[in-house]
Amino acid sequence: MPRFHGQSNHAPVDIVNQLQKQYVDYLSSLFHEGVLDDQFTQLQKLQDESNPDFTVEVATLFFVDSDKLINNMAAALERSPVDFKQVDADVHQLKGSSSSIGAMRVKNLCITFRSFCETQSYEGCLICLQQVKNECAVLKDKLQNLFRMEQQIVGAGGSVPLMD
Amino acid sequence: MADYGDEPHVLAVDDNLVDRKMIEALLKNSSCRVTTAENGMRALEYLGIRDDQPGESSVSATTSKVNLIITDYCMPGMTGFELLKKVKGSSILKEVPVVIVSSENVPTRINKCLAEGAQMFMLKPLKASDVKKLRCHLMNCRT
Repeated sequence: MPRFHGQSNHAPVDIVNQLQKQYVDYLSSLFHEGVLDDQFTQLQKLQDESNPDFTVEVATLFFVDSDKLINNMAAALERSPVDFKQVDADVHQLKGSSSSIGAMRVKNLCITFRSFCETQSYEGCLICLQQVKNECAVLKDKLQNLFRMEQQIVGAGGSVPLMD
Repeated sequence: MADYGDEPHVLAVDDNLVDRKMIEALLKNSSCRVTTAENGMRALEYLGIRDDQPGESSVSATTSKVNLIITDYCMPGMTGFELLKKVKGSSILKEVPVVIVSSENVPTRINKCLAEGAQMFMLKPLKASDVKKLRCHLMNCRT
């Protein structure tokens, strides 16, 4: 099979196609499972030549931000008495940013979390905190997979397909 | 109204970093020049009006340097609604359209903002189509 040497490897077309198909299948599964919603596509559409790493940059910001917020929530829940208003404010922030990037499951967990803050349910808040923590970790893992697949496609000389 | 050519200058105000990055990219994608501010105080500083004075402190410009202000409603310190009031209360800035965005669909909130002079109220998360619509609606759409 022909190989081209140089800065970008042009792998055989069928390999690029295969990588692209795997990518589309994986991304589709994330939508199907409800991990991501249409807002994620909006995010991807903002990436272009003038902003080539936009999606990864925003995802990175999200995880730095969510880690900080989750730590704040945990600390607030450990204090006595618990400042539920403060916890709620942090959950509201996380709900906002998860909604903006299309992280649907995280967003929905935040909605439930807020209702427990409202009723000042300590147990409910603890459970939600753990769920949010888990879900963010799952999201991070899946997005890292996704971005790695994007890099593979580009490295093979192909372009990343956009979902419509 | 100042002539801004084809690239209106928008001031986007939001305390959430992810949202700021998103709105900035959405606006740039719609051929806008963007300045972001992380809260109402910074926004007012940028616009040249002081929070603690009824009028302007030292303003050399006679026209506003921005053509549109987009602000989040829920912000600590000064809310988007309070920022709106300050802008509308300024002789230099009162003609600048202000758009309020919020993740919560609360009719009393919406009506309050519109009554205070907000041009539009939009729900988050914003999409590219929202921003394009906004741009055409509020400013002379050249295309």
